[in-house]
Amino acid sequence: MSPPIPRRRLLRLGLAGLGALPLAGCKTFDFLADPNDPTRDVLVSANRLTKEVQRSLQGRRALATEYTMADLRQGQKPNGTTDPQDPAYLALKAQGFRDYRLSVTGAVARPVTFSLADLHALPQQSQITRHDCVEGWSAIAKWSGVRLAHVLTRVQPTAQARFLMFECFDTMEQGLSGAVKYYETIDMVDALHPQTILAVGMNDQPLPVANGAPVRLRVERQLGYKMAKYVRAIHVIPDFRQIEGGRGGYWEDRGYAWYAGI
Amino acid sequence: MTQRTGSVETASGDRAVVYRHRLPVRVTHWIWVLCLFFLLASGLQIFNAHPALDLGNASQFKTAAHGPVPHLLAIGAEAGPPARGVTEIFGRRFDTTGVLGLSGPPGAQEARAFPAWATIPSFQDLATGRVVHFFFAWIFVVNFLLWVTFGLFDGHLRGDILPRLRDLSSLPRDIRAHLSGKLSHGRRYSPLQRLSYAVVLLVIFPGMIVTGLAMSPGFDAITPWLVTLLGGRQTARSLHFLGMASLVLFFVVHIVMVLLAGPLNEMRSILTGWYRTAPDPGEVEP
Repeated sequence: MSPPIPRRRLLRLGLAGLGALPLAGCKTFDFLADPNDPTRDVLVSANRLTKEVQRSLQGRRALATEYTMADLRQGQKPNGTTDPQDPAYLALKAQGFRDYRLSVTGAVARPVTFSLADLHALPQQSQITRHDCVEGWSAIAKWSGVRLAHVLTRVQPTAQARFLMFECFDTMEQGLSGAVKYYETIDMVDALHPQTILAVGMNDQPLPVANGAPVRLRVERQLGYKMAKYVRAIHVIPDFRQIEGGRGGYWEDRGYAWYAGI
Repeated sequence: MTQRTGSVETASGDRAVVYRHRLPVRVTHWIWVLCLFFLLASGLQIFNAHPALDLGNASQFKTAAHGPVPHLLAIGAEAGPPARGVTEIFGRRFDTTGVLGLSGPPGAQEARAFPAWATIPSFQDLATGRVVHFFFAWIFVVNFLLWVTFGLFDGHLRGDILPRLRDLSSLPRDIRAHLSGKLSHGRRYSPLQRLSYAVVLLVIFPGMIVTGLAMSPGFDAITPWLVTLLGGRQTARSLHFLGMASLVLFFVVHIVMVLLAGPLNEMRSILTGWYRTAPDPGEVEP
């Protein structure tokens, strides 16, 4: 090999590029926030990889860590909606949720409507787990309720059942076609997980309104936004692409990943 | 051996041009530049969603019952007039208006931990920050594994990076040489270089991957011992932040050293592999 000639032109280009990177400022990459940007689609594909890798390493039954009451630092920080003002919810709340009914319908052999007493009559379980918010904070609390798998056994999902859609009472915003309510979807892997429960109690008390009374979901291997509060109905569905923004949840429709294991 | 000697360009045999950086070293270096840029800017965006650092598994919150609680670090804004950006480190408060806590053009200042020029996207958008962060995190992990694999097979790790005993004994002399601005341009990295590269590449890089994974509830179900070992999820988050700060410091020193050592020669060696050596200034002094 002959002595290398300093490739000045290349160097100058490289240096200029390197210098431009911070100078350009991060506005340069604001286009990535556009949900229809093709580059964003490429970046989003990493989320699918994360889901596949985590799911294959977890298996169906790997458990989230459970703690003790000594690990409770402060009360469970309420987040998102903390006091729904929807008339249907206020009416139920005024009666101490006596007339609350949770309907489980859709791709099931036997649709069932549960009262709170019905839910309490099913086998109960408690777990002290860490709640990780997408924002970055964590809180530990004791959650009590019925395993979602027991509820599904009662309604017998059919062969078309692939997802569970949780319809909630709380309005997040006013859209062009009316109130946009919170909703979430999970698949059968999480629905049947032994720690996935419909919580009706928190820290040995009835579930407070701020934390999702009377019924909220706990999906312990994912972030908080998957754990729908103020659950009004569960729809067993083959697909969520026809619902709202089509991405499987209120926050998913606003750019957050459907799989929230990270 | 990682180097091949090129032809001697000058009459003096001391200023040989050597092949110092093999292709895998150069390629992984530039992929790291790309990844770290995006990981930093998107990471600061993510931090802004909860601009406080704690120890343990659970976070501290200001509540009526608990009052203000000390964080390791907290960045916030206080209502005015005039409004102020306040950074709290171990309970000590600093006014950081304009950069941390409160920033933006006069008249349109925003309450945000890190300023718009430091985050991707420039506006508050946690969802996009996460999309960018996790994409480049995957590339970072793959790049790290490639670098380790190449390093093990072609001797780059043992020959260039891992500090040897004699590097430690000549460290004081090398530190003195660096402080007096007498940088060596040898075929090999100097002891201080080896040590800093070893810390960054073999401690901080894997540390960032591990503390990042420990924040994932899905990954914690796979390796529950990891988050325990690190002292809890919020401790892992604080360590991740500390690792980021260390990497930013390394970057600044790294660039300063490149400028002092001769930017063209250094840039040529990390782009083409070829590097012009010079006699060790510590040894030519009479």
